[in-house]
Amino acid sequence: MSADNAYAIELKGVTFKRGTRSIFNNVDIQIPKGKVTGIMGPSGSGKTTLLRLMGAQLRPSHGEVWVNGQNLPNLSRSDLFDARKQMGVLFQSGALFTDLDVFENVAFPLRVHTELPEEMIRDIVLLKLQAVGLRGAIELMPDELSGGMKRRVALARAIALDPQVLMYDEPFVGQDPIAMGVLVRLIRLLNDALGITSVVVSHDLAETASIADYLYVVGDGQVLGQGSPQDLMNSDNPRLRQFMTGDPDGPVPFHYPAPDYREDLLGKR
Amino acid sequence: MRRKSLLDRVALLGHGAIEIVTILGRSGLFLVHALLGRGGIGGGFQLLIKQLYSVGVLSLAIIVVSGIFIGMVLSLQGFNILTKYGSEQAVGQMVALTLLRELGPVVTALLFAGRAGSALTAEIGNMKSTEQLSSLEMIGVDPLKYIVAPRLWAGFISLPLLSLIFNVVGIWGGSWVAIDWLGVYEGSFWANMQNSVSFTDDVANGVIKSIVFAFVVSWIAVFQGYDCEPTSEGISRATTKTVVYSSLAVLGLDFILTALMFGDF
Repeated sequence: MSADNAYAIELKGVTFKRGTRSIFNNVDIQIPKGKVTGIMGPSGSGKTTLLRLMGAQLRPSHGEVWVNGQNLPNLSRSDLFDARKQMGVLFQSGALFTDLDVFENVAFPLRVHTELPEEMIRDIVLLKLQAVGLRGAIELMPDELSGGMKRRVALARAIALDPQVLMYDEPFVGQDPIAMGVLVRLIRLLNDALGITSVVVSHDLAETASIADYLYVVGDGQVLGQGSPQDLMNSDNPRLRQFMTGDPDGPVPFHYPAPDYREDLLGKR
Repeated sequence: MRRKSLLDRVALLGHGAIEIVTILGRSGLFLVHALLGRGGIGGGFQLLIKQLYSVGVLSLAIIVVSGIFIGMVLSLQGFNILTKYGSEQAVGQMVALTLLRELGPVVTALLFAGRAGSALTAEIGNMKSTEQLSSLEMIGVDPLKYIVAPRLWAGFISLPLLSLIFNVVGIWGGSWVAIDWLGVYEGSFWANMQNSVSFTDDVANGVIKSIVFAFVVSWIAVFQGYDCEPTSEGISRATTKTVVYSSLAVLGLDFILTALMFGDF
């Protein structure tokens, strides 16, 4: 049974290990329904891994992952694929199907999961592409698009089935200022107009803070802090403050663990 | 010191064995899920046709050309040897039996592994590295059903057919060299072949061999692609593995199957 209906996604005591290295250690995260939740953290802090845990593409070594009232790691393979129809994910690279054109990419989820007539599929695809500003690009192949455009087509594909939960993996990377502004508004708009739950994984502080209702900051395999963007800005926690202000000096090291710099260059004496 | 290194070696051996068993288990599960798992997707037949085209039809050229040359060489070599014993009439029989029993299934499987198998591995590996497989999963489509199954079936179906085509063009190439070039009497060339080739012993056994090879080569190719490390280096390693493992598996299995079919025990 799901614990609480106020949450669309709930991670309970999740531990995830790669080999012997622990990526997450007993982490609890609750994503409120109908809100935009940002998950932030320095590069290499496992943000994308967290997203993959929520989509059950990775199994936690320990703990529960509840999405829409189902504990995903316990589902059978076919039930899991059914559960995923309610989720949309925007991957970092867009991950468009390279053998299909833009139109067919967006139409793909509709074709495999619905039996809608062709005219209706066409209408839905055009609506979704209009929302991301790429209705004119329906005949292009993915390799004819720029990285940012690919991501926008992928977003149109992710919302084709009107999912209940939409997850974005670094949506702001590689977008020009205009597309970025549109995208930020679009994420907010989709969330409010369709009443879906959005999870935005990003390290772009300003953009994420501007649209998120609630923020999680992860690092060192832990949740470093959570709260509204305002709360986090005013936090006393030095690790959090360092991340929010982008200070290179502080408790969170900028450098990957390494031997002494001087010793490395000059050798041991 | 020596004792420790021996222990280390035993540990290493054990580690290797565990790894092999793990991979075998994983690839077995992979195959079961892809072929028998519940919940097919719409349009499966169209996906199969598309794969039959890229795996089968596009391999036709290399199979036909190789078949002709191998038939021609067999005929030429056979004629040179048989003529010493005055039995060059039997060259048709020799060409046909060699192709149907051995070279047809084996060479076709090796060529198929090099042409179609490597392409399958690289294609699936690339889909993995560009997150297309992940994205299918998150759309709620099982990549084992949508990507892997049609490719497996296309391999199972096309390799035996390609092998039959290889046999036919090989025999035609052999007859061309023997009859039109070396002057073997046409009537005895074909009559000898007809008298000595048995449908069950030679044709059917050859087809069974190529069905087994089709199964193994397609399995190795798609599994290597699906299981590869999603980097350019990982994909290139997986492609090499496909060709090496498939070739070794085909040659090893060929011996076992030949022993079972023609071993006379």
